[in-house]
Amino acid sequence: MNNAHPGLPEFDYIKPATLPEASQFLAQHTGESRPFMGGTDTIVRMRDGFWKDKYLVEVKHFEGMTSIHFDPAKGLTIGAAAPMNQVAAHPDVRKYYPLLAEAANSVASYQLRNRATIVGNICNASPAGDTTGASIVLDGVLSVHGVNGVRTEPLKNFFLGPGKTVLKPGDIVTSISYPLPADGWAGKYIKLGRNALSDLSIVGVTVLGYPDATAKSGFRFRIALASVAPVPFIPTAAEAVLAEKPISDAVIDEAATAAMDACTPIDDVRSSARYRKLMVRNLTRKALAEVWAKIK
Amino acid sequence: MSTHKINVKINGGLEQVEVPSNMTLLSMLREKLAMTGTKNGCAAGECGACTILLNGEPVNSCMVLAVEADGAELVTVEGLAHEGELEVIQKTIIDKGGVQCGFCTPGVLISAKALLTRNPNPSEADIREALVGNLCRCTGYVRIVEAVQAAAEQQKGAA
Repeated sequence: MNNAHPGLPEFDYIKPATLPEASQFLAQHTGESRPFMGGTDTIVRMRDGFWKDKYLVEVKHFEGMTSIHFDPAKGLTIGAAAPMNQVAAHPDVRKYYPLLAEAANSVASYQLRNRATIVGNICNASPAGDTTGASIVLDGVLSVHGVNGVRTEPLKNFFLGPGKTVLKPGDIVTSISYPLPADGWAGKYIKLGRNALSDLSIVGVTVLGYPDATAKSGFRFRIALASVAPVPFIPTAAEAVLAEKPISDAVIDEAATAAMDACTPIDDVRSSARYRKLMVRNLTRKALAEVWAKIK
Repeated sequence: MSTHKINVKINGGLEQVEVPSNMTLLSMLREKLAMTGTKNGCAAGECGACTILLNGEPVNSCMVLAVEADGAELVTVEGLAHEGELEVIQKTIIDKGGVQCGFCTPGVLISAKALLTRNPNPSEADIREALVGNLCRCTGYVRIVEAVQAAAEQQKGAA
């Protein structure tokens, strides 16, 4: 490469007046256009030549896209274009969804988080997405505006592969909503990077636990793992262990080992697969123990 | 490729600039307006040399399209000093020896100023967290952190 900093390739920046117009435009230009939010991935990928879109379609200006709203009866709704810093600093997020604030604050740097968004993080479908795990265990549901109108997409079946989701041409995610968390819950996000702050994760472990009378153990744990599979990974076998057996150090250990056995990481520039597996076990155990200490 | 006429307030002065769709805010500052205080380091949102204030909040200007800044207010390193009088953080970074090659300094100053605005009494951990996105290969950060601490002290004294 002759130029260490190639400029951005040519494209047109489009700012539609309405959401339906934006969806129409995106659907008409399938494969050569994409919604433009904070740009923290888009600009890098276009500059590096991985994405070759002819059109970037502005969506941040639509109504509600940057709002954060908490309803004590229904839960939290975060506009798709609300910057992570605003989410992490929001009093209701800090009070009722501290796990989400913790996850958002673990992303890159302060100035990057002034542009990066949780919905963007999710839609890019990187297995490493820091806020994806918290959004999964908190049962986040996306509101999507498509060519046929508005619908919702739960995160459970949203991810198809690295960078691939169930979203269709013309779809614009407008917000993510989280129901009220279960009573007495606690959560933890442990991110292992090559440095203590700001790096992408080698492994990310999100754990949420709460008392639940319908579980044999009396407690329900939700676990989401980052950077250890082609998609954000939910180790259901580990969750099942914790729902079935009375919680103890040995059972936490068993669940952590089940999480390790279930994930399918790769070797890459950040870590070997083997190291990732071992860290999944250790960090899952650590996160579970911390959450258990808070809810037991 | 389409171009856009944008109005933007930079360091207090109004500018009208014609920018192509694919021009970043960083390129606009450096190449259209010859404001070369803001540096191009990694061009990928990692190093923070291009940090400016966009409507009061620090952003990597290499990661923002110029056209997005229509109607916005920007502050760059050139806007920190007023009538020849340096901003407190500029003075303390000189006093503490927080500048060596100087390439990261404009971004560091902007991040530090933003931190001191939102948190006038930051702990060392707060300072290091706020400067995570400003890489410095010379100083080892210790003197930069000391400069921010000194600026916080002086601002408290002045208030």
